[in-house]
Amino acid sequence: MRKLMIGNEALARGLYEAGCQIVSSYPGTPSTEITEFAATYKEIKSEWAPNEKVGLEVAFGASLAGARSACCMKHVGLNVAADPLFTLSYTGVTAGLVLIVADDPAMHSSQNEQDSRHYAIAAKVPMLEPADSAEAKAFAKEAYAMSEQFDTPVMIRMCTRIAHAQCAVELEDRIETGLRPYVKNPQKYIMTPANAKNRHPFVEKRMSELAELAETSELNRIEGTGKKIGIITSGTCYQYVKEVFQNDPDVRIFKLGLVHPLPLRKLRAFAESVDRAVVIEELDPVIETACKAAGISVEGKNLFSCIGEFNQAVIAKAFGLPDAPCYHLEASVPVRPPVMCAGCPHRGMYYVMSKMKLTVLGDIGCYTLGSAQPLNALDSTLCMGASVSGLHGFNKAKGPESEGKTVCVIGDSTFMHSGMTGLVNISYNNTNSTVVILDNSITGMTGHQQNPTTGYNIYGDPAAKVDLEALCHAIGIRRVRVVDPYDLSACEAALKEELAAPEASVIISRRPCVLLKYVKAKPALSVDPAKCRSCKKCMGLGCPAIHMENKKACIDPTLCVGCGVCEQLCAFQAIGGKDQS
Amino acid sequence: MKTTNIMIVGVGGQGTLLASRVLGHLLLEAGYDVKMSEVHGMSQRGGSVVTYVRFGEKVYSPIVCQGEADFILSFEKLEAARYLSCLAPNGLILTNSQEISPMPVITGAAEYPHEILDDIQKLGARIDAFDALDLAQKAGSSKCVNIVLLGRLSTYFDLDENAWLDALRSVVAPKFLDMNIKAFQLGRSSRL
Repeated sequence: MRKLMIGNEALARGLYEAGCQIVSSYPGTPSTEITEFAATYKEIKSEWAPNEKVGLEVAFGASLAGARSACCMKHVGLNVAADPLFTLSYTGVTAGLVLIVADDPAMHSSQNEQDSRHYAIAAKVPMLEPADSAEAKAFAKEAYAMSEQFDTPVMIRMCTRIAHAQCAVELEDRIETGLRPYVKNPQKYIMTPANAKNRHPFVEKRMSELAELAETSELNRIEGTGKKIGIITSGTCYQYVKEVFQNDPDVRIFKLGLVHPLPLRKLRAFAESVDRAVVIEELDPVIETACKAAGISVEGKNLFSCIGEFNQAVIAKAFGLPDAPCYHLEASVPVRPPVMCAGCPHRGMYYVMSKMKLTVLGDIGCYTLGSAQPLNALDSTLCMGASVSGLHGFNKAKGPESEGKTVCVIGDSTFMHSGMTGLVNISYNNTNSTVVILDNSITGMTGHQQNPTTGYNIYGDPAAKVDLEALCHAIGIRRVRVVDPYDLSACEAALKEELAAPEASVIISRRPCVLLKYVKAKPALSVDPAKCRSCKKCMGLGCPAIHMENKKACIDPTLCVGCGVCEQLCAFQAIGGKDQS
Repeated sequence: MKTTNIMIVGVGGQGTLLASRVLGHLLLEAGYDVKMSEVHGMSQRGGSVVTYVRFGEKVYSPIVCQGEADFILSFEKLEAARYLSCLAPNGLILTNSQEISPMPVITGAAEYPHEILDDIQKLGARIDAFDALDLAQKAGSSKCVNIVLLGRLSTYFDLDENAWLDALRSVVAPKFLDMNIKAFQLGRSSRL
C-alpha cells in the first residue's frame, strides 16, 4: 500500500515497522508529529516527557530493559538531552536506540539555526540523514539494525523540508522484536571513571568500524557518470540538486545517507574523478571541513551560504544558471507576521505589564508573540526556562530597585520543562523575584500537546496532574496566587502587590487556550460607532479581531470570542454585547 | 512530462493545509508522483502561510521557487500579491477576493492596498478572483473557503469530478463532509 506521508509520519511508521516499543519525547517544531504519529500505533508505548533529557533517559532505560526505543526532539532540544547522549555513546545499548533530531534551517519556528551534525561528531555516534519521507521510514529501520550491530545509539537528522514535506511511502509490516534479555553488566552500564576508561577505546574502535561500513554501505551512493562536476550532498539538498541537474551528462552526484562517519576514501576517489567537486550542505560546512581536513579538494561555502535554507533556485544560481523570469510588483505588500489569537488569555496580562512599563524576561512558546507590536511586552527570550533563571540574575545584579519592576513570564509546559529548577534557585539563592506562570493548560505553539500540568497524557487519557500552587509552595515560595488574565484590574492588582512584597512570589495567570475544543466562545462583541471616540485605546491590545473602519473601532464577529478585555479598556462604554449595535 | 507546480497561500488558520492534502491525495490517486511541503508551528498563528504541491512523472524538490508556479491558489488578496514573484509567466492566480488585515494594517503602521489585484493584472499576469467567502457561508461555514477554492481550481484541471469528490471523502472528517462537498460544488459551478 502506498500513502502520502510527511517525513515525520513516515519516520513514525519506520519506528513501528522496526518493532520499536517505547517512544518518549518533548514536542518541538519541526519534530512534534513523529511522536504524535507513533502514539497512533498501539504497539508503541508513547509519552510526552517533561523535557528532552528525560525523554532520552527513558529511551535509555527502555533499551537497557531490552526494548527498541526512540526519542524525538528539535535541534535545540538536543542541547537539553546532550548530557545523557554523550555518555550513552559509551554505554551503548541493549536493544536498539534511535535519537531523532529535527533541524530548522531558516528558523521557521526556532530561536537559532544550529546544525545537529556537530553533536554526532562530538558524541561519537553515527548519524543518518534521509532525503524524503520514503527514506525516513527506511532509515528508521536501518538505524535499529546499526544500533544493535555496533552497540551504539544512532541519530537520525531531519530538517523542516523533510519533516513537513510529503511524498508517497510504501507501507510494510511490523517485525516484532520482543524484549532482549537483560543481563546485569556493570562494566558496560556503570560509567564510573574506571569503567568509562575501558569504554572510551570501545567507542573509538566502533567509530572506525562504522567508517569502514560507510565505504561500502548502500546508504551512500553515486549517481551518474559525469566527469565535469561532482556534487557531494545529503538530505533535502539532494532533492534540489536532482531538480537542477537530473539529466545533465556532465554531473555526477555523491548522495550521502550516513553523514557521520564519512566514507573519506570513497569521497577522495570521487573528488579525484571529476574536474570540480562541490559539497552542497545547508548550515555549517561539516562535510566540507571533514573533506578538507583529509586533504580532499572540494568547494562548498565559497559558493553557498551557511545561513538559511536552500532550494533549486539557490543551487542553480551558485552554478551560474540564469534566474527564472518572473513578475515584479512595484507596490509594497504589508508584512503579515504571526500574532496572538483573538481571545488569547496571554493578551490581558501582557497589556497590563506593558502599561506598567515592567521589564519582562520571556520564554519559549506562543507567548513569545507578546514581543510584537503593539504590546511590545518582552525584553528577552533565550531558551526554554531561561526567563526564570534570567530574572534571578537580573535582580541579583540590579538589586531591590529592579525587583520592584521586573518580572518573568513562562508557560505551563515550559515551566515543567526547565522553569521549576530556576524557581528553586530563586528560592534557594534568595531574590525577591516575581515569576508569572502563563498557564493556558496546554503546550500551545507546537499544536496542543498535553503536559504534566494538564491532567491528561499523550493519548488524552486522564493522568496525574501537577499542582502548580503546591509545587511552588514546596519549592519554598510562600506567596503564590492565581489570577484570571481576562480580568485586567485583577492582573494589575496582583502584579503591584507581588512586586511590592518583600519576598519572592509566583502569579499563576490561569485560563485555557481559546483554541482548545472544550473552551466555548462567548458571543462576539461589537462597537457602538456613536459612542466610539476613535481614541484607539483598544487597538493597543493587538487583537486581530479589532480594526479601524471609517475612523471607528470595529470588531470582526467571525474572529471575536467575546473575551471582554477590550470592553474593560474602553473609557466610553462603546464596546459591548450583541444588542449593542 | 513537465512537473506542475501549485502554491497554496493564505493566512494561518484558513485551512490551507487541508486543501493541500486533498490535492495531494487526488494527484497520487491519479497516478502522479507528488511532493508537498507544509508549514507548521509558529507561522500558523495568523501569519502568512504557504504550502507547495508539485506533481508530474518524477518530482524531486518539495519547494516552488521564483517564476515556477503554474497556479497560485490564494485564500486572501494580499497573500496572492506577496508570492507573485513565484508565478510562472503563463501561470494563473486563483484568489479569494476577501481582505484580511495584517497586524501592521490593524495598528495603522501600513495601509491595506485594496487595488493590488489591478496592479497585478496590469503586469499581464492571469488572475481569476472571486468571493469564495460568500460561497463558503452559503455552504454552511466560512471555514469552507479552502474547499470552495478547490472547487473553482478543479475547473482548470482535466480530472473527473468524482476523483475530486473521492479525495474529499478520503481527507475530510466525516461530520464535515456534506458541508464540504456542497462547498466544492459551489466553487466548481461558479465557473462552469
